[in-house]
Parts: sequence; C-alpha cells; structure tokens
Amino acid sequence: MHLTITDKIWEAHEIAREEGVSLLYIDRHLTHEVTSPVAFSDMREKGYRIRRPDLTLAVMDHNVPTDSKERPTMDELSKQQMDALWKNARDFDVPLLDFYSPYQGIIHVVGPELGFSLPGLTIAAGDSHTSTHGALGALSFGIGTSEVEHVFVTQTLWIKKPKQFRITMNGEPRMGVTPKDLALYMIGQIGTGGAIGHIIEFGGSAISGMGVEGRMTLCNMSIEAGARTAIVEPDEKTFEYLKNAPLAPKDDWDEAVKYWRTLKSDPKAEYDKSISFDVRDVKPMVTWGTNPAMVAPVDGRVPNPAEVKDQQQRAEYERALKYMDLRPGQPITDIKIDYVFIGSCTNARLSDLIEAASFLKGRKISPDVRAFLVPGSEWVRRKAERLGLHEIFMNSGFEWRHSGCSMCIAMNADRVPSGKRAASTSNRNFENRQGPGARTHLVSPLMAAAAAVYGRFVDVTELDLDREVLSLA
Amino acid sequence: MPERISGKAAPFPYDNVDTDQIIPAQFLKLLQKKGLGRYLFYRWRFDESGNPRADFILNDPRYRDASILIAGKNFGIGSSRENAVWALVDYGIKAVLAESFGDIFYGNAVKNGLACIALPESVLRELRERAERSELYLTIDLGRKVIEYDDRSLEFNVDEYARRRLMTGESEIEYTMRNYLNRIEEYEKRMPSFAARGIDSVTRRILEG
Repeated sequence: MHLTITDKIWEAHEIAREEGVSLLYIDRHLTHEVTSPVAFSDMREKGYRIRRPDLTLAVMDHNVPTDSKERPTMDELSKQQMDALWKNARDFDVPLLDFYSPYQGIIHVVGPELGFSLPGLTIAAGDSHTSTHGALGALSFGIGTSEVEHVFVTQTLWIKKPKQFRITMNGEPRMGVTPKDLALYMIGQIGTGGAIGHIIEFGGSAISGMGVEGRMTLCNMSIEAGARTAIVEPDEKTFEYLKNAPLAPKDDWDEAVKYWRTLKSDPKAEYDKSISFDVRDVKPMVTWGTNPAMVAPVDGRVPNPAEVKDQQQRAEYERALKYMDLRPGQPITDIKIDYVFIGSCTNARLSDLIEAASFLKGRKISPDVRAFLVPGSEWVRRKAERLGLHEIFMNSGFEWRHSGCSMCIAMNADRVPSGKRAASTSNRNFENRQGPGARTHLVSPLMAAAAAVYGRFVDVTELDLDREVLSLA
Repeated sequence: MPERISGKAAPFPYDNVDTDQIIPAQFLKLLQKKGLGRYLFYRWRFDESGNPRADFILNDPRYRDASILIAGKNFGIGSSRENAVWALVDYGIKAVLAESFGDIFYGNAVKNGLACIALPESVLRELRERAERSELYLTIDLGRKVIEYDDRSLEFNVDEYARRRLMTGESEIEYTMRNYLNRIEEYEKRMPSFAARGIDSVTRRILEG
C-alpha cells in the first residue's frame, strides 16, 4: 500500500468510521471571537465543558482595532464580541491571546509562529483559512460553528476524507514572482471550484525551494480554489522554522523530528487528480474581478465578456466588470488605485514585510494613495521593528499598524470606502468584502508596495529591489 | 427533520455564490443565530438605503415565498461562517439544489437541516427554466432519493452520512459522546508526547501577557 502524507496523518487520528465518514481526533483547536459565541452559549445551556482547554487557543483577531492599543477605535458590536470571547475564555478556562497580549495576531499567523501548530497534527478552527497550517505538514480543517462546539466538547470531528489532488510546481520563479502569484495563477487555472472535495498536496522543486511562510500563503489560498484543505510535506526548513517556537517540543524535539521525517508521500502513492506546471512561466498576477479566479498577469488585460462563450460565465464577467468599474480590454497596468492593504493571514508574515520593504526602501508612496501595513501578529510587528522595517514603511508613507484581520474582512474600522479601489494582499476580492462598495484587486506584497508608489499596477519583475533588505529574509 | 421536503422553487442562476454574499461580514457581529434571515443576501436584496432591489430574484413577487433555490455551480464557497446557513434557514430556505457546494458550507448545512442536493448542470438548467415559466413546487424525498415535480421524478445522490443526519436531526455531540467517549479516552492515552502536550500554565502566562 502506497500512502500519501494525508493518508498517514489521517490513519493515525481516525477513531472510528461510519458510512465513509471518519471520526478524527483533533490535536489543536484555534478559535476566535466571531465564530465561537454561539458554540459557547449552547455549551452553557447544555452544561458542556471543554474537553481539552490546554489543546485550545483563543485569539481575538477579526474585530480588533489596529490603530492604537491605548485609544483604539472600535464600535459597540465589535467590543461586545471581543468581551464575549474574554468572558467565555475565562469561564471555560481557555488560554486567550486578547487585544493586549504581546502575542495577539491572526490565528493563522499565531498558530504556526508559536509552534502551537506542528507537523503531523490535526488542527481545526472556525475559519476557512485554517488550510494555512497545512504548510507545516499538518492536516488542518476550517469548520463551522456547530463543529467548533463538537471539537470543544469531544476533541474530535466527523469528517469525510477528502479526495487527493497533487499539484506539482517545478522550477524557480523569476525575480519578483512570489508564492501569492503562484497561488493566484493556480486558482486562475483550476477555478474557484477546481479543488472542491479535495485536499491539495503541494510538491515539486518550487515548493521545496520556497520558504515555509510562502508555503503558508499557498496553502492559505487553496481554499479559494474550493479545496477542503492543503498540505506540504515537512522538511528541514519546517523544522528550522519551528525549532525555538515557544510551544514546540523541547526535551522530545529529536524524537518529534524523527517522526516528522516519516511524513512523506510514498513515491508510488496515487492521487485522484494531479496537475503540474513550471513556475518560470508565471508572471506577477492581479485579480480584475469579484472572485480570485478572475485573474490576469500584470502585463495582460481585463477580459472582454463578449468573447466568453458560456452564457452564465459571460453574465458573471459582465457583472464583475460593472462592480469593479473596469473596461473590457483595459490593460492591467492602466488600473489606478486609491488604497493599499498589506496584511491578512495570507500575506502578513515577516517574509511578506521584507518583500514589500525591499521595494519601498528610499521611496515614497503616491500622494493619491492611502496605504496600510498591518502585521499578521504583534510578534511579527516586533520582529519587523527589530530589523528596522517599520521605518522603511513609515518613511514611505505607509501607516504602521497593529495586528488583526483588519481590511481583509472590514469588521473593524479599517475599510476601503465605497467606490474606492484597493490593491490588497488578502485572499478575497468578493463584492463588498473590504467594505460596502469597495473594489479589491488581490496581489502579492511586492505588487502592492509597487502599486502604492506608482498609484497603479506595475510589473515588479522590471523593478530594482533593495538587496540588503532582501537579505534579511 | 422530515423525510420529505416540499416547497416552491426559485431559479437562482448564479455560479460561485460565496458566503460573503449570503451574509455580509457586518452581520457576523451578532452573538446569536436567530433572526439572521432579514440579512440574507443583504447587498443583493437591498440598496444602500435599505429598500428592496426590484431586480433581485427573491424580491420578485413570484418567488418571495420560495423555500428551495435552484442555483448554479460552487454554491457556498469561501468563508466558513455558519451564519450563511443560519440566515438561509431563518429566511425559510429548506433546500438548495446546485451543481456543487463549498465543502465547509455543505457540512454546516447538514448540521442545520438544510438539504444541499447536487445535480448535473443540464438538470439544473431545465429546473430553472421550468421555474421561470410558472410556479414550480418540488418535493425532495430523502428516503427514496428522488425529487418530484409535475409528473416527473428525478433521482439524486447524497452521501449516506449527510442523509442520515438530515433525516434524524440528532445532535452530533450527543451521538459522539454516547458512542465514542471510551475510544476518545483511549486515544488520548496513546498520543505521541509532542501532540499530547498542551499549553502549560507557565507558557500560558507568558503568551497571554
């Protein structure tokens, strides 16, 4: 029997199976203030307890203000939701990284950087982008609130084993092409539903050559192709990344690594689906529409709906262009932008900040642009400040913010005003996602930084980047 | 949950309906699931001043009382927010027919008694056209796995686990605890140390700050 990494972790955690659905033990559970309140109130009503509070980590991220820790801007409902998590964590004895914790951040940034997420574990969170943690070689699942409660009470999840989709990326991307571009390219190729019902296993020389944080970007965006989740085999880079993390194994580190090294897919393992592509062909990507599969290379153009054969797709394109206020055939580099958001669980880790800073050093953003830099966690913020990156951002005209989901989901005060256009490193360009009437173009941190300076999209493969800043990575 | 779901069907001819459209993030700040129906498809249903948009399908007088949506492909993609399912159910939607569903949305639907039935594109198109011509009432028979309308009967596939959950409506938590608590306890005894070790009190204090 030739097994994939998914098969191996699945087998190790399967407690039972009924009608093809497995009961999996969940090793780590992350929770935030938005998808947990109903689970907590139902538990109170029924008298349930949390089975393993020590395997649970609550973090405030979606609603938290990013402007100030002393005088934060927040509305009453956001405050209520954060207060509810504070009270729930206290009543159920769950570790909580609240607004004031030095390690607060976005759950998908915090989990890996603290070593709460580790290779070979099963991880769940009431958040679709939980697929991010697969980058460490973990089996991770975004779940709904009913399932959040199920994990709280039983530390297990009923889940149908997804089909397996192997995506091989080979080659070395050209300078300026980042994991985000590879993710957008992939989604453009397979579509928003291309991986529904599947776990994507990423492999190939482009993946082994990529940093662990880049793999997180890729796994994070897999959900936008419909994937149930995504995974990458752990390797030396993974172990290096986790080595001194606060919650990583200490005395039993060697033993853990020995096990983690076995988490490889057998060479003859079979997949339900597989594709491969050469990343040397990929250019910096920009979404033009209202889902992440509506994407074009930066030297391309907005498509012409009249040329689309499928009637429903044509209607969808027309609707998207109307919402986005773009012309058919408009060059991507002609699109002017008003806002830049570098942040989110997709692209707000230290390597993303270094990437953006490598272009921004010594440059000023366009006077017509308002630009936000929202680190993925308070720890990322401190690490960036130790490297002096905050000065590069502030000198260029970026607002240097505190961590949170911020303008990706616009649940706090950070939003793109109606009718304004944003270059955003986040994951979703859905209608109204960054605020009512907001228009979103998804791009990499480097593309976002360049767009901030030029006030429009430019091909970053043609730009000079600061070698010294890049070497900080 | 009954074995049969009956109701009026509305054509919902959109692909890639994401959960941000089903319920926008601003309504996720509410701390309960009741009453979310009024915010369903909020920005498609209402204009900036909160008035119903005449061109939105569920505002069409013919479909206002519809309880079954006949959608396109990839319904419910995106965010894991169960609020999307709660809003549909609270509004009165009992079933969604589509070519495919977002995985997390599908799981959430099952837990709230919302039937999600996958059908081929050609069948969906035919049903949508039929619903546009005149009132279409459907009966979804979960027991026999058929959809009945007019004098026709369409077979469908649904995974057994989902079908049982939809038909019994039993609490999954109670079910797991009653049948598998022993095995969960046994599993915890044989977990590898790196997995079993949770957040200790000292580290917890440092992290919480």
